[in-house]
Parts: sequence; C-alpha cells; structure tokens
Amino acid sequence: MNDAAEYSSPAQLAVIQAADVWKSYDNGSIKVLNGIHFGAHAGQTVALCGPSGCGKSTLLHLVGGLDTPDRGSISVNGAPLRFGSGSLRLLRHEVGFVFQLHNLIPDLTLEENCLLPTVAAGTNRRDARERFMQLAERTGLAHRLDQPIQKLSGGERQRTALCRALMNRPRILLADEPTGSLDERASEQFFELLLELVEIEGITFAMATHDRALAVRCDRLVEMRDGRVYETAKA
Amino acid sequence: MIFLKLILTNLLRHRVRTLISVAGIAFSVAAMLTVVTILQGAVAMFAGILSSDGQLIVFEGNVSDLFLSNVPDDAVRQLDTWPMVDHADPVLFGIVSSSDHPIITCFGVSPADGRIRNATWLSGSRGDFAKNDSAIVLGQRTAEFLNAKVGEQVQIGHGHFDVLAIIRTSNGFEDGGVFMPLTTAQNFFHKQGVSSVATVKLKNKEDSAAFKHAVQAKFPNLIALEDEEFNQSYSQFKTLKATAWAIGGCGLLLGGLGVANTMIMSVFTRIREIAILRLNGFSNGQIAGIILGESGLVSLAGAAAGLVIGLDAILALKFVPALHGYVDAHVRLYVMVAVVVLACITGVAGALYPAFYAIRVRALEALRFE
Repeated sequence: MNDAAEYSSPAQLAVIQAADVWKSYDNGSIKVLNGIHFGAHAGQTVALCGPSGCGKSTLLHLVGGLDTPDRGSISVNGAPLRFGSGSLRLLRHEVGFVFQLHNLIPDLTLEENCLLPTVAAGTNRRDARERFMQLAERTGLAHRLDQPIQKLSGGERQRTALCRALMNRPRILLADEPTGSLDERASEQFFELLLELVEIEGITFAMATHDRALAVRCDRLVEMRDGRVYETAKA
Repeated sequence: MIFLKLILTNLLRHRVRTLISVAGIAFSVAAMLTVVTILQGAVAMFAGILSSDGQLIVFEGNVSDLFLSNVPDDAVRQLDTWPMVDHADPVLFGIVSSSDHPIITCFGVSPADGRIRNATWLSGSRGDFAKNDSAIVLGQRTAEFLNAKVGEQVQIGHGHFDVLAIIRTSNGFEDGGVFMPLTTAQNFFHKQGVSSVATVKLKNKEDSAAFKHAVQAKFPNLIALEDEEFNQSYSQFKTLKATAWAIGGCGLLLGGLGVANTMIMSVFTRIREIAILRLNGFSNGQIAGIILGESGLVSLAGAAAGLVIGLDAILALKFVPALHGYVDAHVRLYVMVAVVVLACITGVAGALYPAFYAIRVRALEALRFE
C-alpha cells in the first residue's frame, strides 16, 4: 500500500516526504528501495519494521541526507533535499541521529561529545551549555558530565548519544535500531526516555527497528519488505 | 575549546608518531638555519675582506669572479689622488695550496691597507711589512696549521717565504690567509701591474654617486660600487645565498613530507572519528581545520625545537677549533622568521592532501567500514 497520498494532505504538514525513491548498491545489482513513498507529519512517531535488508536503514539514511537516492525526491521540512550541496550540512542541524552503536568519540568526555553539534553549528557557548544541562538533567546524565566515554554503561552511552542528537533542537529525530545494543531492561528504559523527550521537544521521530514491542508504541508502524512499503498499521 | 581538544587529542593519542614528526621538522629547521647562517656568515666575512675600512669597491667590469678582475696600479694611484678620496688601497687576491692545506687565500696589499693597520700584531713588527719582498705576514690560523713562527721559512704554493709577523683579525678568512706585499703577490701570481680590486674610502660619504660617475667616465672598464650594492649584486654571493636556501629548503621539504605522511596516517586512523564529526554537522572547513591545525601545531613545535637545536649547533660549530673564525654565530632575525614561516607553510602544505582526503570521507561508508 502506498502511503504517500495519506500524508500529502495540505491540512497536515509533512515534515518528511519521500516520493518514488529508488536506491541500489553495487551498480544496481543490489536493489534496496524500489520506488518507495513515505511521509511523516510534524510531531508524529513512526516505526519502520521489516526483515534485515528490506531498506529501513537505507530510507532513514536518505531522509537524513547521509546517502543519495538513485531516483526520486525527498523533502524535509517542506524543502527538497539537494544532494551534494552545502544544504545537507544545514540539514544535520535540523535532523538528529541515534544509531545502534552510540558513535561517541572516546577521547572526549560525555559533555564534550554532546556539545559537538553545537560546535559544528557555531552555537554560543553559554547557550550550548545551558541546553546541554537541560538535556543532561532530563536524560539522567547530570552526575556523569566529566566522565570519559569508556566509563559509561551501554545505556548511559546511548542516552549520551540521544542527548547529543537533540542538542541543536532538531525538528526530526531519526533512530536506526536505537536499542539494538541494549539488554531488554535498558532497552525499555531508553525507549521510554526517548519517547518522552520526543514528546516534550515536539519533534518528528522515525525509527528502524526489529523490536515490535517498541514499534507498536509509536503513532504509526510502517511495514517494509523488499524495498517497498507494504502496509501501514496504526499501533 | 572542544575544537582545540579535537586537534590535540590525536597528537597526544599517538605520541611517538607526533614526536617523530616534530623531530622531522625540527631537524629540517635546524639544518636550514645552520646552513643559511653559516653561508651568510661566510658571505659577510668575504664581503668584509673586500670592504675592509673602505666604502666602495672598484673592480673590472664584466668579470664573473673577483679573482679574475684586473685593476691597473696606475688607476688606483690616480683614484688615490682624487680630491674626494681619502684613500684608495689596491688588493690582489690569489689562492694557493700548501702541504695538507688545499686552499690558502693570499692578499697582496700595501702597508697602508686597513687590514694591516687594524690587525692585532701577535708577533713581528708592522713597520717591517713590505721592506723585504720575500717576507710575508701570516694570519693566526695559518700560522697554527702551518705550525710556523716568526723568522721561520714556510712554503706557500711553489714559493718559499720568510715569516715576518703573525696577526689576528676579526675575519676568519683573513685569519686563515697570508698577507704579501703587493709587488710580491703580483710577481707570485704573474699579475704584474694590476690588483684585483681597489677599496676606496671617501672623505665625504655623500660623494659616492659622484665618485661612481667619475670612475665610469675616467675608466670605462672599471666599475665602482658601494659595499652594500656590491654585496647584493655580486653573482658569487647570490649563488652562495641561493644555494644555502635551496639546501635548507630541501631539508624542509623532507620534513614536510614527513608531516604529510604522518597526517595521512592520522586521517586513516581516525576515519570513524571524522565520520562522527560529519554526522554531527561538521563542515568541510571545520574538518580540514582540524587536520591543518594538527599539522600546524606539529610544525610550530618542530620549528621551535629546530630553532633551539640550530642555535646550539651554530654555537657549537663556532667553538670547533678547525672552524675557528669561519663560523659567524650571529643569526639574523629575518632568517629565523623566514625559517619558521617556511616550516609552517611546508607543514601545512604537507597536510593539504590529508585534509582533502578527510573532507571527502563519507560518514555512512566510514561507519560501515569500521
């Protein structure tokens, strides 16, 4: 089922909109996305589910400007992405990423890692610090600010990554298997925190996951298979 | 602060590699500083020989080397009588060899020559100079390496001469040379009736231009230049200086290649980190800034260490007995600045390709690769 039409209604602003997007690797021998249509409204939480290799992560990477589609168009916040242009760097300030692996820099402290996006964006140091303290409080990291990354638990590292992703007040948060490296309990706690922050910040959230128990807690559950969106189910 | 930490972190993470890079630049800087300073010192000493207490040098035009210049005695005598001239002294340069010493510079001078007048006479009497054609004066170093004393006979080239006196001058080349009466030198070098140059002191310095014009008018084959003009235009000096900078430049280039190699390794080993910075919105300029900043710091540290090593090396060379007097330990400020600037430019240039490579890192691929 093609869900593009459902989210092209002018009454609701489509923060993410992908239309007829194709993506393949190895000179087209590995087809990952086959003319996919996908959209998400402001403040909506969407879970992308499906077997490995179905294109969930690829779709998130394309929406986040980390990869280039072979064909089709992607719009973020109403503006079409122009791949290979400087606008993609600006997109990084509007889109936050959380990956399965935390992707923190081990030589920096928790605080320094979190401040990286503000350094990139040239944010005033005081404002950045204020924002960080606010997020650190919310994510329960306030007592670990000066800790090197190696001394943090897996859950704390992932919370640090979440904190960092939200530093520039993005309008969109993309997460690729965000609980994939956590045990069940930590995973539950982390996802609870993530949804809470998404709601507080009022941002659009899209997540690729295998964990259906988490997926059903999102506003929408999008099923993907063989590079296509087959169904859209309300959680 | 975080930006600076990102630069420093990698340098501290690979301390040995950083030290090797710093050492590469340091030794390059030291080599350049030492070579340039020593050669410039040598040029300055040679220029000092030419100028002595004069202000102008008169020599034959269109000669590539002053040893080939012929200034007639008659011309020097005429110059000496010009009203604007305080004194004009002929000097004949010649090079001979002696046992175990392939090069000894000979100066054919008159008793009134500034070198003779201003030298410290360690033994022998100045008043006896030029009274006997076969009596010569040895510079202190020449006397040392010939193991000669006043009254003894020494062989200089194919001739045998009596040692009249031993003198010390402030110039290494003169201290390592032999002073002969002008006529003795002219006969010895088969250049009767001519000298290599005439050094001229004017009564009034302001008359330089008039003197030069007068020389040009009266002696079309001769050229008169002020000492500074001569030092800047003499092709041998230019060649020596260019050689010094070229040798030093090659050293610096090697240091730069070392930095380039280090920075490439640095980029390769931190691909993941660069990808993470990319994911966090770091621009091309910011990524390049980290790489170039790293190499800039290495270059600056290397340049600072190189200056210390170079200055120590020059000082040490000054006290090596065999080089005594030949090494001018006066390091010119502009040479130090030029060497440091060149080191930084070379170091940063060496990091251009690594920086270019770094900004082309595609975050997703780099993370997948890791």
